[in-house]
Amino acid sequence: MAVEAPPTPAATAAPPRRRKIPPAVLLIAPSVIFMALLLGWPVVQGVLQAFRDDQGFTLEFVTRMVQDPYFWPAVRNTLLLIVVMIPLQFALAIAMALMLRSNPRLHKVHFFVWAIPLALSDLAAGLVWLAIFNDRGYLNSVLSWFGLQGTSWLAYDNQTSMFICVLIAELWRATSLVLIIVVAGLQGIPKDYDEAAQVFGAAFWQRLRHVTLPLLKPSLQVALILRTILAFQTFAVAQALTGQNFPLVVGETYRWYTGLQNPNVAAALALVILVVSMLTSIFYLRALRDQNQGGLR
Amino acid sequence: MADIQISNLVKTYPGGSERATDDVSLSIRDGEFTVLLGPSGCGKTTLLRMIAGLELPDSGSISIGGRDVTYLPPNKRNLSMVFQSYAVFPHRKVRYNIGFGLKMAKVPADEIERKVQWAADLLQLGPYLDRLPANLSGGQRQRVAVARAIVMDADVLLMDEPLSNLDALLRLTFRSELKKIVQDLGTTTVYVTHDQSEALSLGDQVAVMRKGRIAQLGDPLDVYDAPADRFVGGFIGSPPMNFLDAAVSHDGGTLVLGEQQLMAPSILRSFAGKDVLLGVRAENVAVNSTRSSGDVAATVLVVEPMGSTTLLTVEVDGHPLKVQAPPTFKTAPHRTVWLGFAPNTMRVYDRETSMALEAS
Repeated sequence: MAVEAPPTPAATAAPPRRRKIPPAVLLIAPSVIFMALLLGWPVVQGVLQAFRDDQGFTLEFVTRMVQDPYFWPAVRNTLLLIVVMIPLQFALAIAMALMLRSNPRLHKVHFFVWAIPLALSDLAAGLVWLAIFNDRGYLNSVLSWFGLQGTSWLAYDNQTSMFICVLIAELWRATSLVLIIVVAGLQGIPKDYDEAAQVFGAAFWQRLRHVTLPLLKPSLQVALILRTILAFQTFAVAQALTGQNFPLVVGETYRWYTGLQNPNVAAALALVILVVSMLTSIFYLRALRDQNQGGLR
Repeated sequence: MADIQISNLVKTYPGGSERATDDVSLSIRDGEFTVLLGPSGCGKTTLLRMIAGLELPDSGSISIGGRDVTYLPPNKRNLSMVFQSYAVFPHRKVRYNIGFGLKMAKVPADEIERKVQWAADLLQLGPYLDRLPANLSGGQRQRVAVARAIVMDADVLLMDEPLSNLDALLRLTFRSELKKIVQDLGTTTVYVTHDQSEALSLGDQVAVMRKGRIAQLGDPLDVYDAPADRFVGGFIGSPPMNFLDAAVSHDGGTLVLGEQQLMAPSILRSFAGKDVLLGVRAENVAVNSTRSSGDVAATVLVVEPMGSTTLLTVEVDGHPLKVQAPPTFKTAPHRTVWLGFAPNTMRVYDRETSMALEAS
């Protein structure tokens, strides 16, 4: 073994110029690569597909998408569904979670039953509701049993009842996701806050408004973002119940891709959903951000 | 402000087999500071929560100021409370937290502002009114919890181990501050603690609880000097009361400890010949290095200088005993010391029931 030479002044003053990759970069590299391959690349592909043909950049596909007679009804239906469904879902989920919190008899059974739709595929859920709402379905059978005349709930010319059917099926299917997030959030709030509010004279609605909901805000934010993004993607339930009669944006994407064999317009539609989802997420994050720095701990 | 009458309160938690409170009756006068003291699981917190309305009893009744509140919800009882965990709302600033109860009661905003300012001044929270609780220390959060409780003109102030999350030094300083604040307010107060020194220092009356029952209720010094049973004597005091097996002589005039004898308190004349338990506090035993008449010989086991006193663990007739000597007292393990017992400080208990013996 050679005796270690004392460091020369030159060596300490000017370290070798070899560029070393900082450890931080190495540490995040796997996830960056992963994200780039699985998320970034498809997005780039989608954008290219929507805006490029053999000659290069084009707006042809976007124009075709917008001029399609189903496009604006699909947009309208999707937005309408979101605007009506999300508040209903949150009201229901919060009410159900508060009921569960009061520990009624068999509350664990209730929770499991309420969570079942989460385990069901959305197409299966759509088919279940189709069995209820179709002309000879359970609903009309029950009505006739009571001596009432049923109607064609899913008739192509009855937009209102179609909307209500899709709404009910989606409420049933997707409220459990919100419920689970809200229940988890409620469990994270120490009981003391609610008890303190009770002792200091707050009635139920006051406690809900001034204590429970504000403390639940982080969970509600997560649930809102998830639910809204998923609601933009509502597809299988509406497809099973109404087919083409009640168009939604994702349904249109599917139709362009498989039925009309036009992946370019389908990509343009998918981009619309992506952009709208991103904008909504940013909106929620900003709107529900803690006004006070430091935030909840 | 109001008095509290609790009668025959029974509570069993669902799924529990033992009663959390077992037929508890307690009377608290208007403006009195009552401490519920006991080890964990003794039912003291359950009792407090039933007064607050956060738990409902199986049977019995609670009335506050002559009004039966047994099954009223908490928000209809006109209470205020300091929680062990403080329960200061984390999403609101200190100002809002202190004024919360007043806001719920729809008190006009300028009045809320005035009272919040008053409470903040009293608890030295002035500079922190616009902070969030997350940016306060534990002691400051505790002050917010107390301020929130005292701004209410509540009939009853409830406190659930409010000092137990503070460090030792802060606990001591805040304890006397709290006592002064509550004294000045004059509100009827129920205070739960497992810390016997807090109980003695704060309470007008102390209820020592054990297994859902009140083992002794009385003035703090009475509870300290004359514990009603072995449990109370062993729970209160640091070090706890010493208990020694002894026998009353046949003429009732002396207590026999193994082969040694000492003067018996006069109440023992009616218990001649009986085996008893002698209870004596460490500071009531005189320790001497020379023998005087009536003294009992003891062997020193451990010497613990505490600064203001020296705590000795000695052995008398095979039983360990803790006694206090002045800090100047010099001794060492294995030496013999002489212990003098004053008859009027000795307490005598029944060996079977552990209850204090009284002259019959």
